[in-house]
Amino acid sequence: MHGSGIPIWFFIGVLLVVYGCMIFGYGIFELMTGSYPPLVELTNLHTPIWWGGLLALLGIFYVVKFRPGQAR
Amino acid sequence: MFGLLPDSFAAGWSSPLPALLAFSTAPMAHLRPLDIAVIVIYFAMVIWIGFYLKGRSNTSEEFFMAGREMTAWIAGLSFVSANLGSLELMGWAGSAYQYGILATHWYWIGAIPAMVFLGLVMMPFYYVSKTHSVPGYLKLRFGEHARILAAVSFAAEMILMSGVNMFAMAVVMKVVLGWDILFSILISAAAVAIYVTLGGLRSAIFNEVMQFVLIWGGAMLVPILGLIQAGSVSGLKRQIIANMHTDSYFHMWRDTGHFASNPMGVHWTGIVLGLGFVISFGYWTTDFLVVQRVLAAHNLRAARMAPIIGSYFKMAVPFIVILPGLLGLVLLQNPDGSRRVLVGEDVVKSCVVNDAGAVADAAACTTAMNTKSTLPADYQQKVLTGAPGTELHSYNEALPLMMVRYMGPGLLGLGITALIAGFMSGMAGNVSAFSTVWTYDIYKPLIKKNGSDSHYVLVGRWSIFLGVIVSIGAGYLVQHAHGIMDYVQALFSFFIAPLLAAILMGMFWKRATAPAGFLGLLVGILSSVGMFVWVKMNPAGLATIALSPDAKPMAENLYRAWWAFCIAAIVIFLVSLVTKPKPVAELDGLCYSCTVLPKEEPVPFYKNVWLWALLAVCIFAALNILFW
Repeated sequence: MHGSGIPIWFFIGVLLVVYGCMIFGYGIFELMTGSYPPLVELTNLHTPIWWGGLLALLGIFYVVKFRPGQAR
Repeated sequence: MFGLLPDSFAAGWSSPLPALLAFSTAPMAHLRPLDIAVIVIYFAMVIWIGFYLKGRSNTSEEFFMAGREMTAWIAGLSFVSANLGSLELMGWAGSAYQYGILATHWYWIGAIPAMVFLGLVMMPFYYVSKTHSVPGYLKLRFGEHARILAAVSFAAEMILMSGVNMFAMAVVMKVVLGWDILFSILISAAAVAIYVTLGGLRSAIFNEVMQFVLIWGGAMLVPILGLIQAGSVSGLKRQIIANMHTDSYFHMWRDTGHFASNPMGVHWTGIVLGLGFVISFGYWTTDFLVVQRVLAAHNLRAARMAPIIGSYFKMAVPFIVILPGLLGLVLLQNPDGSRRVLVGEDVVKSCVVNDAGAVADAAACTTAMNTKSTLPADYQQKVLTGAPGTELHSYNEALPLMMVRYMGPGLLGLGITALIAGFMSGMAGNVSAFSTVWTYDIYKPLIKKNGSDSHYVLVGRWSIFLGVIVSIGAGYLVQHAHGIMDYVQALFSFFIAPLLAAILMGMFWKRATAPAGFLGLLVGILSSVGMFVWVKMNPAGLATIALSPDAKPMAENLYRAWWAFCIAAIVIFLVSLVTKPKPVAELDGLCYSCTVLPKEEPVPFYKNVWLWALLAVCIFAALNILFW
């Protein structure tokens, strides 16, 4: 599915970077303000920070590895 | 897909959908702006992909077969993803809550052997024959009548399932988020219509792979956080045994020696023959919805490797589906901190509340709670009086409830996006498969034989668009004629077993003749319908079909598939003996013993398809022993 077009993995990478940054950013906001959503469990684990960070890192890997024009 | 759904969905959604609607007085969760942004970005991305791929879907080969240029990884992920819809995710999580890891059979023995068989044995035939569809193979092997019978039934099934899928998604969005049903249907249908009409199968596959990643990204947090809270797997086991007073929730085979010893009411012979062989092989090797994804691979090696790659991911799916159901057994809580007990859809339906907030039919609700649930007596009383926070939730809501429990803003949007992506992908799979079968196996042979290539692409695009419109109609038909759900879902099981018999005998027995293939298919379908109707009219018939008075409806599905397969195979065998077979020369590429398979280029050992297949089988065996 590479051919001359943009690989699907690049699209996925972009989406993961965007989602990861949004969720990571919200996690930082939560941490800074101390305002956690009511009724959500385990907020002490700061899930948005590490999960958002993981998604963003994975996304960056895919974006770089499968960027358009990159020879594979 | 519905044939592989748990009975809570596949055999009982004649009532649950309206029950959910009636009960959804308050949504489970409210989305924040960040969640909405996550969902909007997803929609923008899928539609943009459709426009981007439009320029690469101009010929019929590009539009219907994605140009046959998919890598093994993309074809393999798409192959698994086409079966990983949200109904399945939620349905099997609910089944795990009800039955424990017995539900895992539908992911392991109900998939892995068939996927490996498809990759190693059957794929070369599909690929070498260069057919555009499974009905296309039937035409080459058994003639036009068999093709038309399979094509018409498959096309009808796809459209109806697409409608059911769409309506079910809208209901889930209503229950979880309080979204308007019409809004959900129109938005999702429009998005699917745009990206599949523009980009064809390539666009559907692109989005299926993206959906697969999103599902893992959105759903994997639930088991991770659940296990942390439950105190790892040992803590989960300990608490389930304490709550449920049995350890059978952790055994897949140990309690299947008799129908009465397990909550599903199944026997291991039914699991092995009905599920592991007929339903699984029928679905994964002959259902065009999934086979089409593998046929789009760029060469034979990729086509063989795709299902093997898919088998590894399929084995991992219980982590995000079955585990959340088990965790729900011990972690879900009522607002007062007591353990939340989920109930069947029929109990939810019996306890619908009226405008005043109390249960409308207290007598029916009391009976249902007493006979069909394990709700504590004091909680039942609260339900009857309509006390705040005592609304009942069904088994099928186990996964959304777990998501709401752990996911705050942003993460919840990601989880909901995963569910929406699952629904849209399932629908896109249905309409893209419908479009191919309609164009190649119905329109071309019956309506216009000698059209130009561009004409058939245009027909394909229009058929997707019209297919979506008809699906919306089918969705509303389901909404207003609830009993039809049983029949739509049973439709799958009617065809899959006889189709498997016809294709296996066609591929592996050169003596099988065209009239035998058609008659076997027809008699197999009729016998399956006959057994279904018999049990509907006379529930005692279940004991005869499943060979035990202790058998439950799930067992009937398994044994009905087995008997329908046997009947179709016997008819094909007997009729073949008295009819004239095709000359061997005409069976090249269609029958195992008459075909010289192309030699594959030598590859390093780590790229050898047999090696990875063997490893998949070993892991599959080890998992079954581990959870025996």
